[in-house]
Amino acid sequence: MTSTSAPVVADGRPQPGDPVDPDAAISVRGLVKRYGDRAAVDGLDLDIRRGEIFALLGPNGAGKTTTVEVLEGYRSRDGGEVRVLGVDPARGGRRWRADLGIVLQSGGGDSQLSVREQLQARASYYADPRDPAEVLELVGLTGQAGARGRALSGGQRRRFDVALGIVGRPRLLFLDEPTTGFDPEARRQFWALVRSLRDLGTTMLLTTHYLDEAEALADRVGVLAHGRLAEVAVPSALGGRGTAPAVVSWTEDGVRRTAETATPTAFVRDLAARFPGEVPDLAVSRPTLEDVYLKMIGGPS
Amino acid sequence: MTVGAPERTTLPSLGRVYRTRAGVEVKEFFRQRESVVFTLVFPVVLLLALGAVLDYDLGAGVDFPQYFMAGVITAGVVGSSLQNMAIHIAGERSDGTLKSLAGTPMPKSAYFVGKVVQVLAVTAATVALLLLVGVAVYGIDLPSGTDWLTFAWVTVLGAAACTLLGIAVSSLARNGRSASATVTPLALVLEFVSGVFLPFDQVPGWLQDLASVFPVTWLAQGLRSVFLPDALAASEPAGSWELGRVALVLGAWCVAGLVLCVLTFRWQDRGTG
Repeated sequence: MTSTSAPVVADGRPQPGDPVDPDAAISVRGLVKRYGDRAAVDGLDLDIRRGEIFALLGPNGAGKTTTVEVLEGYRSRDGGEVRVLGVDPARGGRRWRADLGIVLQSGGGDSQLSVREQLQARASYYADPRDPAEVLELVGLTGQAGARGRALSGGQRRRFDVALGIVGRPRLLFLDEPTTGFDPEARRQFWALVRSLRDLGTTMLLTTHYLDEAEALADRVGVLAHGRLAEVAVPSALGGRGTAPAVVSWTEDGVRRTAETATPTAFVRDLAARFPGEVPDLAVSRPTLEDVYLKMIGGPS
Repeated sequence: MTVGAPERTTLPSLGRVYRTRAGVEVKEFFRQRESVVFTLVFPVVLLLALGAVLDYDLGAGVDFPQYFMAGVITAGVVGSSLQNMAIHIAGERSDGTLKSLAGTPMPKSAYFVGKVVQVLAVTAATVALLLLVGVAVYGIDLPSGTDWLTFAWVTVLGAAACTLLGIAVSSLARNGRSASATVTPLALVLEFVSGVFLPFDQVPGWLQDLASVFPVTWLAQGLRSVFLPDALAASEPAGSWELGRVALVLGAWCVAGLVLCVLTFRWQDRGTG
């Protein structure tokens, strides 16, 4: 879902002096959160548009969880301005909470109630909930409606957490490392679920350690390092990926050779002329999201 | 996406959410076999075991089971309220249930209303079961006339004080398991020095004084006034049932417990994130 009228600068990053944008799903200026002497978040600026899927990447300790918990209203902040759906989370009431869905990392505990009963109870806290039966259908747990939480597999349990997060018909959904521990098939199913939620108009803030997940789902990616956003970009352009030199590798005289080039097509044409047939072991690659990500969070060292 | 979407329908009323939470809490308790056995069956086993072993004659025609009814009901109330709250709320805090609820538009008061209804239901079930076994097995004399009224207010006030204390204690525990490991022995000791398992006048004076600080002693004393003939009031520390003081101390513990709850209650573990 691309937006053509977003009032933001090229990479979508607000500048520190800009006012908070009350119409954005999330708008943050100069967010600071300290634990003792250490600043876990140290001057963060961010705008997330309505309808967007935004992925927040970063190593453990970079301030991801702290940032998200400030936005969710779980944590107080030490500085900066924050608006989530136009409201300061520190002052958000029941009505504000009714517009949010939160899928926590830890899951929803060990209940004696069935999946259906828990979902019905949760729905009854909201103004305009989704039908619990439809939500179970959406997350593919109709067959487990009568089961208790602990009878679910890891992947089912996580989809149930999402069901609890979306039954209140949120405008903004927080997904904290939603697919940790999934097998590849379960992750693909989960991605399909996230895409169908996007089609229903839900804005999502996703935190994840999986770069392929961010690339598959997110409209934009933000990389958090040392309590600040190191970069915000569409996944294919992150870290100058789109224009980075390509790496061409092949085998010549029994030796593996590689070359960096800005014009791989011309380079390969010349290479092909040097060999009578196929160029042995020819490969052309661009830096992966993982390559640029690791470079970004690694710092100058 | 349209900006400034139209106002949504109104949030559900407090009463409706309270009813939901009450239903959830009652189901959570009675469907968990361990808590049912621990809270409901354990006092019954105590009554049967001690009743079979101990053979006191306390005078005025009172045998041990008749004396013990007040004590075992006290143990039942403490289990249904103090131990139940301290252990299960600590568990719900460490497994993320509380954090998850705090992220919804559920009014915070609804959580506590649900717990109060749960304690009332469990206490009523425990007391009814003990009375039933007492009458059927030992032929104990049930309270008569206004004693029922005393029985009701002492039980409700004692359960309220112990519930609030239990909620406050849950915040001290690191997690559900450590709550169980610390609260259970603590409750047993309190019950012992409060004359729950043996006649209170056999507890040394200094221990009696210490026990008098806590609500369990006063709950037990109030219940003894219900199940024992007035002739035995002479064995109490003050030589009477002191029902006024029972009300006063239990009421004071309710206030202190409420203040502690408000000051210490947390919706998530310390030191997370």
